[in-house]
Amino acid sequence: MSYQGQFRVWRGDSDGGSLEDFEVEVNEGEVVLDIIHRLQATQAPDLAVRWNCKAGKCGSCSAEVNGRPRLLCMTRMSLFDKDEVITVTPLRTFSIVRDLVVDVSYNYEKAREVQEFTPPKDLAPGEYRMQQEDVQRSQEFRKCIECFLCQTTCHVVRDHEENKLAFSGPRYLIRIAELEMHPLDAADRTDTAQDDHGLGYCNITKCCTEVCPENIKITDNALIPMKERVAGRRYDPVVWLGNKLFKRGK
Amino acid sequence: MTSTETGVHAPPRPRLPVPSLRTDRWWLPPLLTVVGLSIFVIYATFRAFQQNYYWVEDYHYLTPFYSPCMSNGCLENAAHFGRFLPDHPLIPYAALSLPLLLLFRLTCYYYRKAYYRSFWLSPPACAVPEPHTRYTGETRLPLILQNVHRYFFYAAVIISVINTYDAILAFHSPDGGFGLGLGNIILVANVVLLWCYTLSCHSCRHVTGGRLKHFSKHPVRYWVWTKVSLLNTRHMEFAWITIGTLILTDLYVFLVASGAIADPRIIG
Repeated sequence: MSYQGQFRVWRGDSDGGSLEDFEVEVNEGEVVLDIIHRLQATQAPDLAVRWNCKAGKCGSCSAEVNGRPRLLCMTRMSLFDKDEVITVTPLRTFSIVRDLVVDVSYNYEKAREVQEFTPPKDLAPGEYRMQQEDVQRSQEFRKCIECFLCQTTCHVVRDHEENKLAFSGPRYLIRIAELEMHPLDAADRTDTAQDDHGLGYCNITKCCTEVCPENIKITDNALIPMKERVAGRRYDPVVWLGNKLFKRGK
Repeated sequence: MTSTETGVHAPPRPRLPVPSLRTDRWWLPPLLTVVGLSIFVIYATFRAFQQNYYWVEDYHYLTPFYSPCMSNGCLENAAHFGRFLPDHPLIPYAALSLPLLLLFRLTCYYYRKAYYRSFWLSPPACAVPEPHTRYTGETRLPLILQNVHRYFFYAAVIISVINTYDAILAFHSPDGGFGLGLGNIILVANVVLLWCYTLSCHSCRHVTGGRLKHFSKHPVRYWVWTKVSLLNTRHMEFAWITIGTLILTDLYVFLVASGAIADPRIIG
């Protein structure tokens, strides 16, 4: 059953912008991205929106729908009442390019700061027999589609632009956790997570987990385990004593 | 990144007319959290300093808020581990355990989320701006002390053992033999749920196996980690349930000890 839906879409660029009202046809089974495409086709041909796969796997169409960070292609219109005004805005943590498109280069800068996978130097190919239980924790984090919804909703940078220098955000802290938990990664990720990527800024309020379209348990399975590793390294006198007594290195 | 302005209005971010466009009732969960935690804190404070109606002599019921009872003011049979703390109105009878349990919950990863969101509004809800102009998280004092959570976890394990001991001693009848009443069921249920909350702790998950890199080389610890991880997914639920069962258990002992109600007995 079709109906005329009420939409407010932010139009503008770095010089300014405003919410513009549109009435667009909505059909059964559609998602918000379908409506944005119909809006482009019928009323606003110059509306800028980034999208690609339309299947929740490329992470391109991230935006904010009624103030909540979401993938446009995975937000069903059936979530909303037919008479509800649906507001679509760009991600509010990043610099605006135009309309619904933002500049996400902050994330790629942070990505480059993460040390790559570092296997032991003396390990020859085939020497390590990998078991499923050894890699399953890391595999959860490999589901990340880099939609940056966790980055945009994290209040550490969303509400505090100045923290972008010190804080890499949930996406890159789970990348560090993924490598830290990998049995063949020999790099020391604990200190760098705290010192170089701002793990201490995270106050585990779980918004990253709430918005993740891949349902990665970012806080419980990556951020808190990393915080526990830091606590063991820096704030645990029992571990410190054990390291001294048994001459264990870091 | 060079701008001195901050927040969602900082250029060159998209300029929107309001800080948040959320239309749902995002304020409800933090409000409920404030109400729930406030009720617990007020009730627990009142009972901890009341210094009365904590022990049922006939059935040996001891409320968890007075366990272990170590004050010189404790009734003799209620003090299972001796009496040596000074009897003073400002010193709770369980002054050794209550601060540790309070700190265990205060530094708990779930409660941190709950009170950061609801009391400190940092943030009040996802994509709703927080009111603070600066934010340093848990990078400096005093919040950096949240990192000592695992020590309070170790203390909580010991206190849970003591609570379990209390619950076992409470299978007592007035004639000195085995007894069973509604109070026993409440005490045991409370202890079981306290164990669930304690063992589902994120620090427990870390120390039992989460810190390992090679699970396949430590099959026993891996097995324990999987079980703790299962519990851990319900940590929030156990955090709230045990607040409820602690109040319920204490209230029951309070009512029976004060003579307001009689304990329905099944045996003895």
